[in-house]
Formats: sequence, C-alpha cells, structure tokens
Amino acid sequence: MHSNKKITEFNMLIVGTGGQGQITLLQVLAEAALIENLDFKSSELHGLSQRGGSVEVHIRFGKQIYSPMVSAGKADLILGLEMQESLMAANFAGLKTNFLVNKYIVPIPLQKNLSEKELLNQLKRIGKDVFLVPATEICQKELGTNVVAGIYLISLASFKKLIPIRPDSILKAMKKIIPEKYLELNLKALNLALNQ
Amino acid sequence: MFENILQNKTEKKVILLGNEAIIRGALEVGVDFVSTYPGTPASEIGDIFFKLSQSKDYKGYFEFSTNEKVALEAGIGASFSGLKTLVAMKNFGANVALDALIPFVYTGSKGPTVILVADDPSCHSSAQSEENSRGLAYLAHIPILEPSDPQECKDFVKLAFQISEKFKIPVIIRTTTRVAHQRALVKLEKIKIGRAAGFFKKDPKKFVTLPPRVLEMKKELLEKIEKIREFSEKSEINRRINRGRVSISSKVGIITSGVSYLYVMEVLKEFNLKLPLLKLGFFYPLSEKKIQNFIKNLKKVLIAEELEPYLEKEVERLAKEVNCKLEIIGKKLLPEVGELRPEIVASAIAKFTNDKLKIENFALQNFCKTKTWESDKLKIPRRSPRLCPGCPYWLVISAIKKVLRHGSGQAVKDVIFGGEIGCYMLFGTLAVNMQDYLSCMGSSVGIAHGIQKATGQKLITFVGDSSFFHSGIPALINTVFNKSNPLIIILENQTTAMTGHQPHPGAPVFPNGIKIENIVQACGVKHFKVIDPINQKEFVDTVKSFLEKPEVSVIISRRPCIQIKK
Ligand code: SF4
Repeated sequence: MHSNKKITEFNMLIVGTGGQGQITLLQVLAEAALIENLDFKSSELHGLSQRGGSVEVHIRFGKQIYSPMVSAGKADLILGLEMQESLMAANFAGLKTNFLVNKYIVPIPLQKNLSEKELLNQLKRIGKDVFLVPATEICQKELGTNVVAGIYLISLASFKKLIPIRPDSILKAMKKIIPEKYLELNLKALNLALNQ
Repeated sequence: MFENILQNKTEKKVILLGNEAIIRGALEVGVDFVSTYPGTPASEIGDIFFKLSQSKDYKGYFEFSTNEKVALEAGIGASFSGLKTLVAMKNFGANVALDALIPFVYTGSKGPTVILVADDPSCHSSAQSEENSRGLAYLAHIPILEPSDPQECKDFVKLAFQISEKFKIPVIIRTTTRVAHQRALVKLEKIKIGRAAGFFKKDPKKFVTLPPRVLEMKKELLEKIEKIREFSEKSEINRRINRGRVSISSKVGIITSGVSYLYVMEVLKEFNLKLPLLKLGFFYPLSEKKIQNFIKNLKKVLIAEELEPYLEKEVERLAKEVNCKLEIIGKKLLPEVGELRPEIVASAIAKFTNDKLKIENFALQNFCKTKTWESDKLKIPRRSPRLCPGCPYWLVISAIKKVLRHGSGQAVKDVIFGGEIGCYMLFGTLAVNMQDYLSCMGSSVGIAHGIQKATGQKLITFVGDSSFFHSGIPALINTVFNKSNPLIIILENQTTAMTGHQPHPGAPVFPNGIKIENIVQACGVKHFKVIDPINQKEFVDTVKSFLEKPEVSVIISRRPCIQIKK
C-alpha cells in the first residue's frame, strides 16, 4: 500500500439534487482513500431530503480526521452536480476553495431561478478557481446516458489534481463499489475524463 | 456495502456507515432476534437485517413489526426466552414503545437486550419535533450509551450486550444523524451466528409486574443502576483525554459526548489547543466520580453537548459537592436548537478560552470570503423536496382539487385537511397546499375526530397504509364508536415509502397479506370503497358523496408507489 504523505487533510463537499448518485460517489471516494491508506470520515443525509430536495454530502480524508462534517469556509473542493446547488454550498467556501461544477441546472419549481450567467458570476466571486464542465452533456453525447456525470466529474477532479487521490485508486475503488452490471459504463466515464 | 458488513475477516479495516457498524456489532456478539419499525436515521438497520434474514445461512430471526411498541414487545418476549435481542427505532418510535419500555426495565432482561434509538437534531428527516431521547434515562432508569463514530457504534453495541448480560437490564444505544450516517474506518472482529432457539421458563416473580412486587422491582432497579454506575466509573468509554502535553495545572477543561466529541477534537487539533477533555460514553448512569475528579481543580469547564443541557445540569449538581466556584459554560455559548457543527464548536471554544488571536485567525481563514458573500444577500431559491413525478398521490390530489373547484357549498370549499407522517407530508407544500395540521404517526384520524366533535366542520384526513397499520386503526375505531364523520383517505401505496420502501403487513411481497378493506369493514365503517385513483371520475364522485355522509367514510386509494423495486 502506498501512503499519501503529502495530505494532512482534505475537505470536500458533493452537492446536487436528490437522485444524482451522491452516495455512490461518496462510497467510491471512501474506498479510494482507504486504498491510499488515509483516514476518512463522511456525513450524508437520507430520507425525505432525498425526495428531489438538496443533497449535500461531506467528505474528509487525511492523516487524522475527527469531524465527519466540513467546517464553514474550510472546503478545499466543492463538487457541484448542479449549478444552483453549488452556489447554495457557498458558506463552505473560503479563500482556498475550488469549485468543480457540472454545467447543468435543475429548475426549482414555482420560484425565481438564477440564470447560468448569474450563477457563474457569483461562484467566481466566492471560490478560488471555478471549473465549469458540461459533464451531463458530455456523458449524454458520448455514452448515451447522463447517469455517470458524477463519476466523470470525480475522475476529472482526480486527473486534474483537484482531489489528492490518484486515478488508479479511483479505478480500483470503482471496481469494488460499483455493481458488476454498471461497471463498464462507469469505467467508460472515467476514461472519457482521462481524455479531456 | 452488504459484503463489507458480512465479511468474516478479522483485524481488517473497512469503511462502514454508523448504522452498518451497529449491525456488525450485533453480529459479532451473535444476535439471535432483531425487530424494528423503519424510521430515519435508523432505517438501514432493518433494511440490512431484512436482506440478511432472506438468506438461508442466517439462522437468527428478523421482523419488521407493525410499530415500535410491538417491535419492543416482540423483543421483550425474545429476551424473556433467553435470546440475544436487538430492537431498533428512531426517537419518535421510542415514544410509541415507551409504555412497554418502562416495565421492561423493571423486570429486566433475561437474554441480553439492546435498544437502538436514533435522534435527529436539526430534523433532517423528522417532522414532528426535535427530540432528545436522553430524557428516557430519567423516565425509565435505562442505561444509555452514546457513540461518536462508527467504530464506537460497533464497540458500544458489544459493550451494551455485555452490560445487559451482566446486570440483566436492557441498554439503549443512542445515536444521532451525524453518527448513524457517518462513514469511517471500522476494525472487524469475528462474527458469531445467532439462532432463534429460546425457551420461556416460567418465573412470575421476575416477569409479572404487579404491586406490591412492582415496588420491590423498582427498588432492585435503583440498586442495579448504582452497580452499573460503579461499572461506568471503571469503564474506558468514559475517559480523560489529554491532547498534546496538557499541563496538570490547566484550569480550563471540556466535557463532551456523542458527535460533539469529534467536533471538539477537530477544533483542538486545528487551533493546536492543549486542554484536558473528558469524553463520556455513558450518558446514564453517569460516572459521577470521574466527572468530579475532572472538575475539582478547574476554574471553568465547557460542556459541549447538542440540544438540551442535560449534562450541563448534571455537572452543575456535581460541582456543588467538589468545586462550588467552578464556572460551568454550556448553552451560554452553544445552541439548544439545531445540531452542532464544527464551526459552532470552534467559535464556542475560542470564546471559552479567550483566545482572541486564534478567533481572529479562524475568522480570517474561514469566513472572510463567506462574509462578503453573505452581505450580497443574493436570493438563492430553496429547493424543497417534492413528490416524485408520477407518484400515485398526484392523482389523489388532482381528484380532490376537482371536488373543491366544483364542490357545492362553502363547507366543501373550506374542508380541513389532516396530514401525517409519510411522503404525503409533502401535501403541505405550496404546490399542493392540502395540510392543515401535522403531528405524529397515526394522529391524522384521531385529531380529525376531535376537530369534528368540537366544531362540526368537514374534514378529509390522509393516512398512509404503513401508518394505518402502525397506529391508525384504534383512531378509526374511535370515529365509529364515538360517531364523527371525517372522510379518511388511506393512501395505499403498498410500501413504507419515505424511509426506503420497507414492506408492511399489506405489502404484496407477503403472500396472503392483510387487506385494509377487511380491517375497515370489521371496524364497522359503513361507507368505504377501494379505488385506483387513475379512475378520476369514480374518485371525484366518491369524495363528493362521502363528504355528505353523516358517518365516518373511508376511501382506500390503491396504487403502488412507482419507486418500489421490482
Ligand atoms: S417514493 Fe413513492 S410514495 Fe413517495 S413520493 Fe415517490 S412515488 Fe410517491
């Protein structure tokens, strides 16, 4: 096993709406952190909040991790599966926070929604760097389905070193976590990210 | 995930959810009998045992009971018959089970028995209240352990079984959402397979609670609690932790438990603070001597606990005997409403230690950008949960809206809607706007009866099929017996949808499941009909005609939840 000496602590959130697969992404990252011999903690919500509401998952790994929740202002990375949800996570962003955001909006019914441009402008003011990636669109176009947009994004984050976890650890973790029948599709999403 | 919980390698570390670690702990002691009623944040416990019980290698017994009281009663029966027993529920379930719980602590357990109760500070997946189940300790004299993380979930469950075995008393493990739904590394030990092969040996002196014996039992119970307190004084799960080289003369310290402990440790690490800490695994009976030893030379102590200040009050009481000048700070700096978060604990500790420099640093590092952001006050719309597109309930809503639109007379337009716990709580959202009151499970019908008796107004009340089995039936009988006339719509979606689609007694997975219409008929309801709400006209006409009835009426709206896994 390799030990990842460099990171003392990495704080991240995955945000989106219910049903975007946050828990699977969390499990893959957890397993990958375990492969890299890192301490790991996470926090997630179940139940009614998953019924189309906002879903916010906290992930922390490093040398020694106590709290399962990221402190306000302390996220290293906010991975947004949806643009409005990414902005909602703003209170976890501070001076060092990067945003990796899916260019994808799920409209909120009966309310005034923010436009893509407004959202991006706000995100840019809050975060250190903002990477807007049309993951849903790319996956739909290249793979014929957008359910793997999240896997595409965490793979991309790993390749671009936005997450201090190696792509091969993510790959190994996927093989362990993702059910056999969906694995091929998910591996394709990972390869797609590699070729970006 | 399933594989992780079950693998029989020892000394291996795997990542488990708090609830999974609880299951693993129960499997490592060889639990024989498990019963539950689903409730988030405890639901996975039932889900996984249910799956497990369907494999032929599993020799233990599992059931989804009709409600938590029945689940506990089943567990009591198993315990009286000598089995290792686990009963799991969320906090509100413990209220339902309370009537059975208190006498069970009096009689004590025979087979060791652990009761898992999951609280939900901040009400992430709870409607009716922000309950702190620690209060059960005072009401029932039942030992309560509070784990902080998944490793402790497993360890404490095992310890709880030991305590129960040794002292013949049921023990509560109390978790909260951030413990139950926390993932972390857990070290596995060997699994023992339990089996449901008990024997009930008659012993009325032990099992029959009746005066005057019941008062003797109470006396024995209180003596038992003092013995467990001695055990608690020696137990490693209540321990002083010195982070870094804490000077022995340190005049400030922190007492904490549950998930708050993790936030405190995180802050001490982050600020590099060297303070003595007392971590309590037992909430009841409390290690009074350990606490007194810890506080006797301090000037100030911070009590870092979520919700109501139970620990703070206990420390105030204990300080009177050993250090009456001690400054005890808790709810002065920490909220009583809503869960704690690491930054809330950070700011409390910063104020508590008067470390100005560190406070400023902390704010600079963390909040600077956030603050400018907040000052922008850009309105982000809130995304609230809603019924799935294609949910059968939309059909019910649409039919009722039609009745309201075309209904004759003000009484129909002003009809009162009774809501209760399930996906259909979302009838309260703006888009639907059909929920005029909401309380606990089974209450929509009971409250409707009261309103009707008090006012004579017209009511439509909703109750899910799982809720109906859980606690709706006595209320239905009451409307018949005491003669009121709400229209009760039983939303039969054939599952317990909100908590993750667990089966209930009428669910199609059970051949010969119980038919709700048979119950309704047997209760003496004259006007009732089973309707698939896809038949809008029939539904609309029935609602109209039932609203005119002088007696209670029932529509069983039968159409399965679209999310049930085939
Ligand atoms: S889970 Fe089922 S019952 Fe609940 S909102 Fe969705 S379709 Fe309706």
